[in-house]
Amino acid sequence: MITLHWLYMLAGAMFAAFAILSATDRSNGKRFGNAAFWGLMALSLLGGDRIGNFGNGLLVLGLAGLAGFNFLGKSHPPTTSEPEREAFSARLGNRLFLPALIIPVTALAGTLLYNYTAFGAAGWIEAKRETYVFLALGVLIALSVIYIWLRPPALAPLQEGRRLIDSIGWAAVLPQMLAALGVLFAAAGVGDAIGALAGIVIPEGNLILTVIIYTAGMALFTMIMGNAFAAFPVMAAAIGVPLLIVQHHGNPAVIGAVGMLAGFCGTLMTPMAANFNLVPAALLELKDQYGVIRAQVMTALPLLVLNTLLILLVAFR
Amino acid sequence: MINYWPLIGILLVVIGFALKLNPMLVVTASALVTGLIAGMGPVEVVSTFGKAFNDNRIIAIVWIVLPVIGSLERFGLQQRAAHLIRSMKRATVGRLLIFYLGYRQITSAIGLQSTAGHPQTVRPLVAPMALAAAQKSHGDLTDADADRVKAMAAATDNVGLFFGEDIFIAIGSIVLIQQTLATYGYNLEPLQLALWAIPSAIGAFIIHGFRLWRFDKRLRRVPR
Repeated sequence: MITLHWLYMLAGAMFAAFAILSATDRSNGKRFGNAAFWGLMALSLLGGDRIGNFGNGLLVLGLAGLAGFNFLGKSHPPTTSEPEREAFSARLGNRLFLPALIIPVTALAGTLLYNYTAFGAAGWIEAKRETYVFLALGVLIALSVIYIWLRPPALAPLQEGRRLIDSIGWAAVLPQMLAALGVLFAAAGVGDAIGALAGIVIPEGNLILTVIIYTAGMALFTMIMGNAFAAFPVMAAAIGVPLLIVQHHGNPAVIGAVGMLAGFCGTLMTPMAANFNLVPAALLELKDQYGVIRAQVMTALPLLVLNTLLILLVAFR
Repeated sequence: MINYWPLIGILLVVIGFALKLNPMLVVTASALVTGLIAGMGPVEVVSTFGKAFNDNRIIAIVWIVLPVIGSLERFGLQQRAAHLIRSMKRATVGRLLIFYLGYRQITSAIGLQSTAGHPQTVRPLVAPMALAAAQKSHGDLTDADADRVKAMAAATDNVGLFFGEDIFIAIGSIVLIQQTLATYGYNLEPLQLALWAIPSAIGAFIIHGFRLWRFDKRLRRVPR
């Protein structure tokens, strides 16, 4: 059976190649910092199950130290110039889109075929992970097409990949760190403490105010933690279950589903959600690293109001 | 008696970000302090943090698309996307992004949220197409306007993803809601939760779509 482990191996091999190529990039004054950082990511993906929890913990401390104390430098992998790219674009035409489309089409078609035809009946892919498996398959097919059709130098895809990952830098790893932080918050009892505070603040029996504090709290905690997943268990324990469901007899499905979406409104407004807000700003080379957040605020605020009204109008009928 | 001390972990995150310290350090420091306050030993804190990081490695997998995207950029993908949209009649930034918003919501709602995204589609396709559309209808853009167009392309991807994916039954957030409420004795079908994500999804399309429609008009006011 194809499991997530296969995908970790594939991604780990890629990060290992990034590490080796980084170490040989003499244009980067901090090349060994980049090599160590991507090397640790490779170790995590390739050997995370074998180095033990404490070993993984030290690995994470290493990543944080390299990123936090500015050990990552700017790399210059070999690539083509702007005029060369214009020339390629003119010569190759719209066919250039096809390899890019292979990845989504493979993931889309593969997932649909796997779930809705006999193709997936044997269960040869780890449950719920088939989209990721077909995503990886799409990447491999697209790479094969690029090699056969465009004949780049053998190492070019890895060098071009390194060019992009170095332009993202440590922000590529931050989301995984935030998910881990959420686990620690839960283990430490942060939810109980917030719940006790909420009980002091909210006047007993005021439904409208309680709903507003629930949705605004989901958005706020999501903004602080960068992750609605981390905020939801906290706000459910604090307000959602004891006040909205038990005290006011609210519909648990509405309070759960719409509450999470209120959190997503917060995700649109926080730099802590690095992979959604800071990574694209870096990928698109925006001068303002908060440019994406600025573009989202005026969508997020009306949506937060809408989600609050939705709970008030349908959860307590 | 409730122990309020773990809240210091949240406070550390807020202060660290307010001071613009490196987020990797802020998160790590907050995790370690929160664990220690909760009574874990130093080794236990580091181990818990390491295990949680290891359990979330699936987040790192999407980066495998970078060699493909980078290679195509090497051969002029972004230049080609810009060229294609310039040759299209009637494609404005707003119309293009409204179309992408709907596409992203619908594909996410059927569980295909990882087929698009910032590295996969926004950087190589949507952002250059939006830029080219803006140049076609509004003339040469200032750097600030070009950045606003690119930022709006990325924003549209986020809105489409967030307010599409929760309609899909087998998504992490739905599983998380279900599991959390189940610990309090409320056993829900994932389908019930997914259905209640639909009204907000429609609202997101209307609100963000309206902003995109207005975005065209606002760009048009800029003198050429």
